[in-house]
Amino acid sequence: MEDMLFYDRMQFAFTITFHYLFPQLTMGLSLMIVYFKWKFLRTQEVNYNEAAKFWMKIFALNFAMGVVTGIPMEFQFGTNWAKFSELTGGIIGQTLAMEGMFSFFLESSFLGLFLFGEKLMGQKLHFLTGFFVFLGSWASGYLIIATHSWMQHPVGFEILENGKFVLNNFSALFSNPWLLPSYLHNQLASVITASFVVSSIGAFYLLNNKHNAFGKLFVKTGVIFGLISSVLVAFPTGDLVAKNVVKHQPVTFAAMEGIFETEEGGSEIVLIGQPDMENKKLDNKIAVPNILSFLTYQSWDAEIKGLNEFDEKNYPTNIPGLYYAYHIMVGLGTIFIALMALAVFQLWRKKLYESKWVLWCIMFMLPFPYIANTTGWYTAELGRQPWLVYNLLRTSEGASPTVSAGNTLFTLLGFIGLYLLLGMLFLMLAGKIINKGPLLEKH
Amino acid sequence: MELFWYIVLMTMLAIYVILDGYDFGAGIVHLFFAKTEKDKKAITNAIGPFWDANEVWLIASGGVLFFAFPTLYASSFSGFYLPLIMILWLLIFRAIGLELRGQVHNKMWELIWDKAFGISSLLLALFFGVALGNVVRGVNLGGVIDGVSTHEAHYFFLPLWNPTFSPQAEQLGILDWFTVLLGVVGVVALTIHGANWIIFKTNSDLNEKLKKVVFNLSIILLALVVISLLVWHVIEPKPFHNFLDKPWLWIFPVTTITGLFGLFKVKTFRKHGMGFLFSTLFLFGGLTTTVASIFPKVLPSTNNVNPDLTLYNVAAHEYGLSVGVYWFAIAAVLVAVYMVIQYTIFKGKMDDVGYGEH
Repeated sequence: MEDMLFYDRMQFAFTITFHYLFPQLTMGLSLMIVYFKWKFLRTQEVNYNEAAKFWMKIFALNFAMGVVTGIPMEFQFGTNWAKFSELTGGIIGQTLAMEGMFSFFLESSFLGLFLFGEKLMGQKLHFLTGFFVFLGSWASGYLIIATHSWMQHPVGFEILENGKFVLNNFSALFSNPWLLPSYLHNQLASVITASFVVSSIGAFYLLNNKHNAFGKLFVKTGVIFGLISSVLVAFPTGDLVAKNVVKHQPVTFAAMEGIFETEEGGSEIVLIGQPDMENKKLDNKIAVPNILSFLTYQSWDAEIKGLNEFDEKNYPTNIPGLYYAYHIMVGLGTIFIALMALAVFQLWRKKLYESKWVLWCIMFMLPFPYIANTTGWYTAELGRQPWLVYNLLRTSEGASPTVSAGNTLFTLLGFIGLYLLLGMLFLMLAGKIINKGPLLEKH
Repeated sequence: MELFWYIVLMTMLAIYVILDGYDFGAGIVHLFFAKTEKDKKAITNAIGPFWDANEVWLIASGGVLFFAFPTLYASSFSGFYLPLIMILWLLIFRAIGLELRGQVHNKMWELIWDKAFGISSLLLALFFGVALGNVVRGVNLGGVIDGVSTHEAHYFFLPLWNPTFSPQAEQLGILDWFTVLLGVVGVVALTIHGANWIIFKTNSDLNEKLKKVVFNLSIILLALVVISLLVWHVIEPKPFHNFLDKPWLWIFPVTTITGLFGLFKVKTFRKHGMGFLFSTLFLFGGLTTTVASIFPKVLPSTNNVNPDLTLYNVAAHEYGLSVGVYWFAIAAVLVAVYMVIQYTIFKGKMDDVGYGEH
């Protein structure tokens, strides 16, 4: 039974982690492509159009990867989490079915038109199809976060005698206080990934002294989008998400901040340290006194409940994992703001394209927004454990009753092998597109 | 309300099979009949801008199944665990074959992805036929052994096959001679369908040959359909009782037969879309006839201990189903608009669309 649950969780974690590498880029990138296309319509400078078309190629590759790795996500609710699906399908099925009907059709119909229809439609319609692709991908994010929010903070339902969760208030799903902060936080994080990728590729071109005009355009656009999104992801959206956690999941908040004991006179903020679960303390701790109380409640001596105040059976299942995920996300987020502020400052001084060391930093930043996005999601998901539906349905009660551990391990191994292949192909093809670079049309 | 969502779901699944069916069929034609680079190009151009949107019908149908019939979704997806995950793997292979082939100009690269695309298309067509076979045959709900359930009454698990390969065994498998027979029907029908799509959407040199292929395969399809009907009593002793009760249901088998016989005239059609129209009729009729024959069951039980799953005992609660009608109506209109736009802009022949050229 424990093996079975472990493999079910591993398979979902592995497939969703791999899957989300792609949508996190495409959601943000679709916004930037719409921006490039819009600038082209305004200025008629062909470079903007070429930039839009170049990123569309990267987008199309990522989108295809997102689609093929996304279908398994929807299937796995039923295949591996049948009991959960049976009990809550009437509710989370709503938002998931809406995602299929409202966003996937929109995205996929217009993506085909955007990719193959430029000559058939003319520029204005072409811009419009790009805009619809953007709309579809952001609607998809919204409905997924609505589903996620219901699991974190269930609303608008009642539980029948047979244990089934049934919806009694449809609009509550969308006025869930968990939804809006999480959605904006997530979308901004996606814009971070896209803007860092765009500026990183731009820096790569400049440092290699090729496609210089595009290099400059990508770096400039990337760092401006990057600075705005990095700031907004922390404040106000990240802050609001954290306040939701402290209010509705205080035990999770204590675990992710590494607060083992309630402290008199206000809690410190932990910057570095390793949770020691046996002795219930942090090793090698570096912390700043009272800051956490201030950030959380705007009062230096506000009390924050430590893990000692909660029942151990409701502790998040993997406290060190949760703690690290959260700290990696926050740490990287801080670095993002610093680097992008520096880059924009250099841009303002008109020295960015010559500051080699800044360009090197920008180029090497490429993987880190992916790590920050992934650890951010781990914070949310590990923080919800041991529950599937917070405080109401445990993860151990949601798995498929008839699928044995051996069968799940078989498919988990299959997914690992297949995704390894997909990952290699993806890197090879993305490298090829980037190496070739955008081209001016021959006249 | 349950009945409304049942009709919605079945319609969506039928649309999925008709749309992605031509993609799979095109893949099979690609595997067996496309010899030259030009033939292959014609085929990928014919499905290129559509396949992705077509696959959305599968995801959307899955979503509607999840929300309207959560118990059926949970029971069947966990019970058919292995084949479903394999279908996912095949869908992935098929998609990357199609998308990646044109990215590198190298004979070996192209060969690998051509085969990946063709073979996964073939296996998918087979699996979907097998899936239909499993649904109408029914499963051992509750995992009954010697008259005792080993799970909750609506859960089960099927291995890929059992040693006897028989649809009448107590412990069933996914593959038995009956379900494989329907799988073969699926392959033949979708090959015809895909060939018709290519004839419809291209001016390829392949088209004359494909008309002969459609004609020959239609003979085989007719034979397979007759054989299936002759052995159907093995899984359902009274397959016609619904049709005797409600004579208007005969419209479905009549549609199937019209489609099938229309296919024999493929060589004489002036309009290139006629063949596609008839294979669509055949697929639509075939699917609806099959599900109508077991109605209101959605997954029959093969034991006497646990009851069949019907659309009434697997549905979600009333409020959710009612409120869903509002958003679904809006979404359905939007989807129709997208499809009209998409098929208007890509109307006519697709030879010049340049799919997969980078």
